[in-house]
Amino acid sequence: MRVNWNTYNPGGFFDELISSPGYARKPARRLASYLRGLTHEELLQKKTAAELAIKTMGISFTVYSDAGNIDREWPFDIIPRVIAQKEWNRTDEGLKQRLRALNCFIHDVYNDQKILKDKVVPKELIENSGNFRKQCVGVKPKYNTWAHICGTDLIKDGDGEFYVLEDNLRVPSGVSYMLENRRVTKRVFPELFENYYDIRPVTEYPAQLLETLSALSPRKLKSPEVVVLTPGIYNSAYFEHSYLAQRMGAELVEGKDLVVEKDKVYMRTIDGLTQVDVVYRRIDDLFLDPSVFNKDSVLGVSGLFESWLKGNVALANAPGAGVADDKIIYTYVPDIIKYYLDEDPILPNVPSYLCINKAQRQHVLQNLDKLVVKPANESGGYGMLIGPQASKRELAEFKRRIKAEPRNYMAQPLISLSTVPILGDRVVEPRHVDLRPFILQADKSYVTAGGLTRVAMVKGSYVVNSSQGGGSKDTWIIGDS
Amino acid sequence: MLLSRVAERVYWQARYLERVENTARLLNVFSGLLLDLPKGTKLGWRTLVEITGTEDAFDGKYKQSSERNVIRFLLAENNGFSILDLLALTRENSRTTREVMPTEAFEQINELYYFAKENAASGVDRGARYQLLEEIINCCQQIWGLMAGTMSRDAAYSFVRIGRALERADMTTRVVDVGSGNLMPSVQEQNSVTDSAPEPYENILWMNILRSQSAYQMYRQHVRFRVNAEDVVRFLLLNEEFPRSTHHNLITLTKVLHKLPNNTRVTRQINKTKRLLKDADIEKLLRKGLLKHIDNLQLEMAAIHFTIAETWFLPNK
Repeated sequence: MRVNWNTYNPGGFFDELISSPGYARKPARRLASYLRGLTHEELLQKKTAAELAIKTMGISFTVYSDAGNIDREWPFDIIPRVIAQKEWNRTDEGLKQRLRALNCFIHDVYNDQKILKDKVVPKELIENSGNFRKQCVGVKPKYNTWAHICGTDLIKDGDGEFYVLEDNLRVPSGVSYMLENRRVTKRVFPELFENYYDIRPVTEYPAQLLETLSALSPRKLKSPEVVVLTPGIYNSAYFEHSYLAQRMGAELVEGKDLVVEKDKVYMRTIDGLTQVDVVYRRIDDLFLDPSVFNKDSVLGVSGLFESWLKGNVALANAPGAGVADDKIIYTYVPDIIKYYLDEDPILPNVPSYLCINKAQRQHVLQNLDKLVVKPANESGGYGMLIGPQASKRELAEFKRRIKAEPRNYMAQPLISLSTVPILGDRVVEPRHVDLRPFILQADKSYVTAGGLTRVAMVKGSYVVNSSQGGGSKDTWIIGDS
Repeated sequence: MLLSRVAERVYWQARYLERVENTARLLNVFSGLLLDLPKGTKLGWRTLVEITGTEDAFDGKYKQSSERNVIRFLLAENNGFSILDLLALTRENSRTTREVMPTEAFEQINELYYFAKENAASGVDRGARYQLLEEIINCCQQIWGLMAGTMSRDAAYSFVRIGRALERADMTTRVVDVGSGNLMPSVQEQNSVTDSAPEPYENILWMNILRSQSAYQMYRQHVRFRVNAEDVVRFLLLNEEFPRSTHHNLITLTKVLHKLPNNTRVTRQINKTKRLLKDADIEKLLRKGLLKHIDNLQLEMAAIHFTIAETWFLPNK
């Protein structure tokens, strides 16, 4: 195994590391030549070292269908992805702008509904949204902010520009893997960090998250009681819940650890009951509180919602924030940014067709074999149709579904996702990637330096979700030096 | 601030880790001891099943208490008692307490688990057994050292110490139980038949029992008299300074508990156990058989566990 960039062929796709056979893009030049200089043994050794580190560090994730094996090791490729600081600065701005606007939107939807009255976003979309919570109408959370933690998926098209694919405003996950990927890469390539590059650190995220969450506390305390609410060890993101709690020094609680008395939330400790100020909840709205939402939920806490309404506890993200995390609302985000901020969107959306619109639906139905169809409310890449790769039966089935429930579907052209090299068994090979940065917002905003790069490890595949065979890479935002 | 649920898992993590180490020590010492004893002694591999209190599970699976069966059962099988399973339990508990434990501790527990998973089966053969068990014992020691060297002396660390101390106090009584109740008569019976001096085998037996607790050297320095039943039992149960003696661990428990909230009931239960331990007339008990006394001690220690659980682990209301 040797790295040979002359025979590396990304086909017709935009490759982020190599511009044409043998030539690396400017920010990646040092990396490319460093990798080329490694012997077969060195490469193999580094690959093995990374696998071992992941195993002993216990970096794992759960796949629901994988019975009996609740913690699988995290699939990781050692070649980092490189993004220039200058390009990132703009992306950072664009992400903050987007979340600011989305928070204005959510607040408006639950309060004055100006944007609906002005017919910028159709009222029916909200009324029919599976993520609209009527119980939240009239609530005014601190800073008028509902989505405090957002994971936005970005992709690069053939032109090499970032586009927003979707905003995850409910319980986005993956940030712990971003942090652990860096830890592994530092073990594998210490020399690159020392001699080659000025790489922006990512380690500050847990401290930033704690600061954001603490800022939400209803009680004015120097260090308010912040807890991470997890569904428990069988949840696919349990590793992350425990990881973030540990890094923040917050308690990791399950529903049964909490109790509500007189509209205040307490946790059961060895000292007795201790009041909780901020709940970073990693369970869905509908499981939060059996007395308000799903009655059968054993994950939630009875009375939690009422305590939140009374302003005795902060919930992050706020219940109902998911109303803007909807693939149909997504198509309106450029208008939403303009409406609330009076600014042009810095980051473009991927062009989309709404099935609820008759003309656009016609276009979708006629070109189904060329488009990607997404349901409004699914996540994790489930329930999608990739037209060019679908069978006749699947196409027919989606035609039926779209006609039956147009509100539930939108379609996008198949984007030629950019590629980056991964270290295959023998050679470096191109694979498609996306990027999930994490954005925080309370009294101020913060964006991670880079984010989680997800890789479709299977040749030619576009599916990057870890639940469906995706892997990941470290992402470097590098200075100009 | 320590959640009740987390306190419970930290406690069990420590108990399981200590049990792993104790089981490994026992297997190692017995593997050596049985080579020294004459054929026909009642002491056999079965003893290990008795010490670990796993008779029912073992008999449900095996007819014969052969070396192979016993070692496989206690080392590498999926039965909830084997070193491998105890490590899996340790790992599972530490996986769910990662937010309060040092990251390196989890990583080492994780590594030890994978090591055992890969190599445990090889220890069924005598040739590889010693090395394997030594490695496991060393890793356990490393993990304890890491926790001691990096954890703040807060409530979480208190529960680590509580779990470890109670497990040790309990294990030591089991080992003494076997030495006195089960083995002595058999050695004596045999000796009376052959009409030769009982000392050599009794001596070997008690020496190995001390070794299984890493107590031989300390005993030597402390007792300075040839190894004999009464002194060994006294040393293992009552010595205040030796870190694996039952008494020492009860003292540790009292000290650690002192810093925790609402400790009155638990402290009272520990004092009761201490009194039972100290007031016993070992010489007289040895003549009549220690069995009943050890049983009582174990019941008291089980009561300590339940009081701890009621005080700190069960959600209030």
